Amino acid sequence: MFGLGVLKGMWVTFKNFVLSYFSKDHLVTVQYPEEKIPEKERFRNFPFLIYDDKPEDLRCVSCDICAKECPPKCITIVRDSDAQGKPLKRPKVFDIDFSICMNCGICEEVCPFDAIFMDHEFEIAEFGRFEDLNYHKEDLLKSNEYFAKIRPQDVARIDAKRREKTKKTEPPQTTPTT
Amino acid sequence: MQYELKDAPAFETQTLEVSLGPQHPSTHGVFRMNVVLDGETIVKLKPVMGYLHRNHEKLAENMTWLGSMPYTDRLDYICSMTNNFAYALAVEKLANLEVPERAQYIRVIMAELTRLVNHTLLIGFLLNDLGAFFTPVLYAFREREKILDLFEAVAGSRMMCNYLRFGGVKVDLTSDFIPRARQIINKYPKFLDEFEKLLSENEILMARCQNVGVLPKELAINAGISGPMLRASGVPYDIRKVDGYSIYNRFKFRVPIGEKGDVYDRYYVRILEMRESIKILDQAIKEIPDGEFITKEGGVGARAPRNFKPPKGDAYGRIEAPKGELGFYLVSDGTVKPYRYHVRPPSFINLTILEDMCLGQKVADAIIILGSIDIVLGEVDR
Repeated sequence: MFGLGVLKGMWVTFKNFVLSYFSKDHLVTVQYPEEKIPEKERFRNFPFLIYDDKPEDLRCVSCDICAKECPPKCITIVRDSDAQGKPLKRPKVFDIDFSICMNCGICEEVCPFDAIFMDHEFEIAEFGRFEDLNYHKEDLLKSNEYFAKIRPQDVARIDAKRREKTKKTEPPQTTPTT
Repeated sequence: MQYELKDAPAFETQTLEVSLGPQHPSTHGVFRMNVVLDGETIVKLKPVMGYLHRNHEKLAENMTWLGSMPYTDRLDYICSMTNNFAYALAVEKLANLEVPERAQYIRVIMAELTRLVNHTLLIGFLLNDLGAFFTPVLYAFREREKILDLFEAVAGSRMMCNYLRFGGVKVDLTSDFIPRARQIINKYPKFLDEFEKLLSENEILMARCQNVGVLPKELAINAGISGPMLRASGVPYDIRKVDGYSIYNRFKFRVPIGEKGDVYDRYYVRILEMRESIKILDQAIKEIPDGEFITKEGGVGARAPRNFKPPKGDAYGRIEAPKGELGFYLVSDGTVKPYRYHVRPPSFINLTILEDMCLGQKVADAIIILGSIDIVLGEVDR
């Protein structure tokens, strides 16, 4: 019969319409600003810098590897130096331009000091295109506790690795004093 | 086919030149067609590409081998996993890297899930072009989102996955991946039945699709068409079968082909292909072994991309991407950067045939013919 195909298709839409009131499978949307879907642990958005206890002793030693490997080159690092001009193992300037960053996560992968990680924060809209989205060191700093909160599985692995590393390096320093 | 007026009236008629796009909503992005019309019939069609050119190939020649991996996501942004797959395959061929068993299975699972995503979405948009306004697209989105959630849980991003590495994959699957994937795959055939029932037998759709935009077998082969387009024209050519790259020769699946090569065949071949993908996924999920997800060498290469220097030489790696044959031709001069990096994008080459399919058709049909080619402008223009 001509037109049967149309009616069959209409039946599908009708069924879906009715089911959307009863079945969780058919009503999949959430009311975004009020409701939010829980974030996946591996979700990556923009990078942040991690510090252990105080914001002053951040893990970054300004080795410049992430800046070199970053495909769109959105990271700028300037090494800090002391009063005599001797370079220190910490960054003076650490800028990430979020308008350039493409969330690939390569900086996190290549960092040998576990100092930079991808954040879950995504509501970062700004009015200015250039200066507002160029995040400086102070804006990027986040604590290890925050990291443990967003990525509980990774933090256990990374903390264990770091403890092992400090164990290896510390004994030779402590033995001469005793 | 040239349109001729049978009983030519005494007055003179003129052809009309229309520029469809680049802002036209039916061109799936910033694609432009300069169409010469005689009445409503197309007598000439000139595609204009390049509005989305991003210099992908030259950019890749100026960064490390791994550095262009995230950029390959942005070629065909609907199926980033297969883009990664093709690039990784080419580099592994170049550097003679082994891939562990588990990683091979993960790659196949991801590639087939991507095929489901792409075909579901394409069919949704094709029906949208045909006038079934947004209902099929939203049904497609609903199912696609479930798979994208899986991608996000594993790779960290819904669309720009950046998941494959040379010699394996970036991270192992999450512990709940296999049960969740199985759940989705078990439910998928039911969704496909429903999706098919929605419009496959619809008389209006059949009248508009059948015998429209016919692509003859010979022309398809001569023009280098690949993927579902070629198979809809009746050529059983599937690189998964022909090359058997990765571990595809272990799985049992058939290659669906069409008869006439019209828009309806292209629509239906994709539905059948999804059903075959589900078969592959079923087998892969059953058989996936435990083990390492990346070789030791590959892991070092991923953590220090500047130490990864493939030997001198060239390699061409190709896969059956959802849209057709996606190939990467790479030349290495033994340094950290590729000497030459070339992409063979399926949508671009499939698009070259557009004029031949459109001549003699009505202007409204040009839209659905373009829709049935399945283009993504990120890949066409690169």
